Amino acid sequence: MTNETVLDVKDLKTYFFLDDDKVARAVDDVDLTVKAGETVALVGESGSGKSITSLSIMQLINKPGKIVDGEVSLLGRNLLTLSDKEMTKIRGNDVAMIFQEPMTALNPVYTIGNQITEVLRKHKKMSKKQARQRAIDLLKLVGFPRADQTIDEYPHQLSGGMRQRAMIAIAISCDPKLLIADEPTTALDVTIQAQILDLMNEMKAKLNMGLLLITHDLGVVAEYADRVLVMYGGQIVEESPKKVLFKDPKHPYTEGLLESLPSIYKEEDRLGTIRGTVPPAHSFPEGCRFSSRCPHAMDQCFKSNPEIIHLDHDHAVRCYLYSKDD
Amino acid sequence: MDKETLNTPNINAVKTIEDNSEQNINGKKPQKSKSPFQLALRRFLKNKLAVIGVFTLIVIIAGSLSAPLLTDHSPTKSNLLMVEHPPSDEHLLGTDQSGRDNWSRLLYGSRISLIVGFSAMFFTLIIGIILGSISGYYGGKIDNIIMRFTDLILALPFLVLALTIMAIVDDISVSLFVTIIALVSWPNLTRIIRGSFLSLREQEFVLGAKAIGASDMRIIFRHMIPNIMGLIVVNATLMVAVMIIVESGLSFIGMGIPQPQPTWGNMLTEALSVRILTQHWYAWIPPGLCILITVLAINFIGDGLRDAFDPKSNQR
Repeated sequence: MTNETVLDVKDLKTYFFLDDDKVARAVDDVDLTVKAGETVALVGESGSGKSITSLSIMQLINKPGKIVDGEVSLLGRNLLTLSDKEMTKIRGNDVAMIFQEPMTALNPVYTIGNQITEVLRKHKKMSKKQARQRAIDLLKLVGFPRADQTIDEYPHQLSGGMRQRAMIAIAISCDPKLLIADEPTTALDVTIQAQILDLMNEMKAKLNMGLLLITHDLGVVAEYADRVLVMYGGQIVEESPKKVLFKDPKHPYTEGLLESLPSIYKEEDRLGTIRGTVPPAHSFPEGCRFSSRCPHAMDQCFKSNPEIIHLDHDHAVRCYLYSKDD
Repeated sequence: MDKETLNTPNINAVKTIEDNSEQNINGKKPQKSKSPFQLALRRFLKNKLAVIGVFTLIVIIAGSLSAPLLTDHSPTKSNLLMVEHPPSDEHLLGTDQSGRDNWSRLLYGSRISLIVGFSAMFFTLIIGIILGSISGYYGGKIDNIIMRFTDLILALPFLVLALTIMAIVDDISVSLFVTIIALVSWPNLTRIIRGSFLSLREQEFVLGAKAIGASDMRIIFRHMIPNIMGLIVVNATLMVAVMIIVESGLSFIGMGIPQPQPTWGNMLTEALSVRILTQHWYAWIPPGLCILITVLAINFIGDGLRDAFDPKSNQR
């Protein structure tokens, strides 16, 4: 397995320019890399900018949003400098995406086969017949036992889990180098969740893709991720290998997240919570964005936003508690 | 460890259930999947009134197509020696003030009425789909420009606008008439299509289509339009009825298709004279009845289609 870097995002800034001259800094200074064959989990609360990060990578940000600054290189090509037309050749081909809601992410008026062959015919220039054969193979690959019938069925005839399988088939149809899964299992029940995640894991290994898994479910992270990025208020606050993160979280926010999980080892009446809510993206506090909710907040935290501090070669955190000056 | 052993039997149970259902399905004859349109068609065929409407319309269209077989008289040739004759074997519905055969005019007139109705609908539809979808899909400035223009046309009374244009153009042919009608009646449909595009473009499958690299035009025409096909078909059908009435109305007051070309509307013009209105029923009742039946049939079809495409609207 090669370890080439598939995706390299540097200093990505995506801002939303609201009507009343407010600027929502939905994604602010995000750095992330995904290597081939690696699963990187992006975790965070609702509104922390996870989805906007993924849409920024796909260049699918609509007005009033705009990618203000940064670099998104996919296989060494900076996507931000490409024209819309060049981008349509990359979407679905080199990078594919799986969405949260399998119930609405498929077009209700076309058969499953129609929607898979559309991608194949566009990107691989296959004939109708070839594309159909490949679509059947893909459906079998993602676990449809009677693929040659399913191909002629409409989305409303499939259950949520089956639709998500179909979405995966569409996503991997052109052997993308990077697969972005935006909360792929949030809308599914737990048994199906495990099946879908196993399937994605299997496909990732088979095709040697990089997988960017966006989720707020730390259980999913513990099971499937190699590396974890914790996002808060549009910024990455902690980055570390999965095992390290669960054993030794550094950022107070990560600690809070882990405390809010039920544990089978501890007996407790109430789960830990993080007090307060995520501040809206157009009015972050001046200093550290977590300062208003942080139990360890110091004077410095309210004055300026900390930079990323590298604790180790693969563990980084954005918090003054770990400043080297101390 | 514990988690593993707990989970495994569950997953197996799920698998066996799935396997069973496979067998059940495979045991039966595999059924061809029905598209949303086929499902709608099935619901439509269950609506008696709508099916009667379809048959009536087919009869009327067949009558207009086979006009030369049903009459030997020319609809435009006048015979001043045979003016205002009552119905006879020779002239089934008598003759009009210029001695033209009413039956023949009724048959040939249906051609004009139907052609005007359908082609005016067609052109309105094209304008409406293009402007409405562009406006709704892109939003922003483009939407603003198109919608303000739409408001402008809507602010002018339809009839007055149509009459003004017809008064300026002196020699009105059928194609010119259709063009004028289409040019003043597109705003309503444009607004309807724009509205449904606004809600449709927020659907995740549109984002999904973008994510597989589909271009804007492809998303509009291949992914979004088929989703509002029901709406378009229903509105188009009802529009045909409106267009036929507009043609009849304008022709009746002499601002539509000019004589001697027969249309149902300008046949009614004869009834402007009280003498004919009271004594010569055969001159004006048949075209009036034809307009009524055709419009009614089309409206039944339209209502049937509406219920077929939106089953919920039927629950009264």
